[in-house]
Amino acid sequence: MVQAVIFIVLAAILIGSALGVISARNPVHSALFLVLAFVTSAGLWILLEAEFLALVLVLVYVGAVMVLFLFVVMMLDIDTTTMRQGFVRYAPLGVVVAAVVVVEIGYVVWTRKLGVTFGTPVTHAAKYSNTRALGDVIYTTYAYPFELAAVILLVGIVAAIALTLRRRPGTRSQNPAKQVRVSAKHGRIRLVKMPSGRSRGGEAP
Amino acid sequence: MSELLTKLHAFWSALTTYWISLPFAWQLTLKSLAGIVAIMLPLILTVAYLTLAERRIIGFMQVRMGPNRVGPWGLLQPFADVLKLVFKEVILPTNANRFLFITAPVISISTAFAAWAVIPFSNGVMLSNANAGLLYILALTSFGVYGIILSGWASNSKYAFLGAMRSAAQMVSYEIAMGFALVGVLMASQSLNLNDIVLAQNGGFSHWFWLPLLPLFVIYFISGVAETNRAPFDVAEGESEIVAGFHVEYSGTAFAAFFLAEYANMILISALAATLFWGGWLSPVQGWHFLEDTPLAFLVHTSFIWFAVKTCVFLYAFLWFRATFPRYRYDQIMRLGWKVFIPITILWLVLEGVAIVLKIPPWFA
Repeated sequence: MVQAVIFIVLAAILIGSALGVISARNPVHSALFLVLAFVTSAGLWILLEAEFLALVLVLVYVGAVMVLFLFVVMMLDIDTTTMRQGFVRYAPLGVVVAAVVVVEIGYVVWTRKLGVTFGTPVTHAAKYSNTRALGDVIYTTYAYPFELAAVILLVGIVAAIALTLRRRPGTRSQNPAKQVRVSAKHGRIRLVKMPSGRSRGGEAP
Repeated sequence: MSELLTKLHAFWSALTTYWISLPFAWQLTLKSLAGIVAIMLPLILTVAYLTLAERRIIGFMQVRMGPNRVGPWGLLQPFADVLKLVFKEVILPTNANRFLFITAPVISISTAFAAWAVIPFSNGVMLSNANAGLLYILALTSFGVYGIILSGWASNSKYAFLGAMRSAAQMVSYEIAMGFALVGVLMASQSLNLNDIVLAQNGGFSHWFWLPLLPLFVIYFISGVAETNRAPFDVAEGESEIVAGFHVEYSGTAFAAFFLAEYANMILISALAATLFWGGWLSPVQGWHFLEDTPLAFLVHTSFIWFAVKTCVFLYAFLWFRATFPRYRYDQIMRLGWKVFIPITILWLVLEGVAIVLKIPPWFA
């Protein structure tokens, strides 16, 4: 009973914030609605006793991905009037794409039911550890797919770095190692012996 | 007198019968609420006195007195500060986003306090004995950055925005090194539950994880200082460059909330360093049986005292850093996080994995 109430509340917030993501005028508000959507879906995971998935969702998406997203969105100077100019022109195409997506989702969820039998959710004993259960499955049954996914991600990281790592001439980047290695005696300061500026017998000019 | 006692007794028995008659869900809720209050009140008091300690200790390090006028030895100074802040006006900047401007300090403070739910104060004494306690703390501390970003954005001020941007980049960078350092801890303890992590270090001073995980501990603590935006990593506030950074537009209680959150986070990082690497509530003189018959016997046993002492040592280090080090240059902060800490943690995780496979005693046996 309590769980049903919590589920309905969380689901309502989730759908509301998902609508907010696409309807908010301000892109920062959209990003924040997305954060809210992630947090509430993490709450739904918790309700399903999947605390590892819930916390990792918050940690990765809310804590890292969305922070960087916000970082970029806040920096952008978006003019909403130019953004909305082409709305009528692109609307028919948008409707078609949306209709295709809705039909696809409908086909998967209603016709094939995702292979899921809808019943009462499984509850576990107090000693149940979702983290351990996930680890048991990932590192035994699904070890190879898991490793494959890891390698693909690694390739993605390497590719991202390779695409952006370039030495542009003219940037004033500093090399801290070089700065630390600096020694005042060798090349930085030249001590010059100068004769006194005072002329013989008289005052300095 | 005896009349009063009987009345009290009657009241107590009525209370217990009422307690038993309550449904289980209510009992659980009330118990949790009592636990939250029992953690929050001492925590807020500690924050209050930490601010005083900071000013006194840094004063002592800089050969001056620090605040010593309000109350004996200045002990009432925190309350004077709180009174001053409470009675100040909360000013909303022009064109500020009202909702987010008020929400930001609330997010900061609630994440700083909520993380305390899984900290073990003594053996099994914690609000929630969660299985994924360590992950919970990581998730909440990563959530705390929103308070800072939103305050900077909602303030409609360039200084606040610069501070927020700096802070966001810094916290995201150091979270990675911090996360890797914590991976080392959970590899060594084979658990995400903080109480189990402390129990895995059982056996005395040399059994604690600081020794096998020394580089990870150093990286964890330095990252913790960076995560809390404390000196020498306090570019988010940077008084000399951007006035006060993300909270420049805040005043009164809203500012106090940020202040409270920062200090609560400092205590949290210290408590975590004590729990994860220095044995938490375990005694460093565990097994010194000759102390058992002396008045010092309490030192041998595991207790809250040891947890508090260790936490205080790290808190002192926070203040010490602030009095000692000049502020880091921004590019050097990024370099330290990405190019120094992350490679070292990854290398040490590999070495630790080898040590676990080889079952090197006494830690990995």
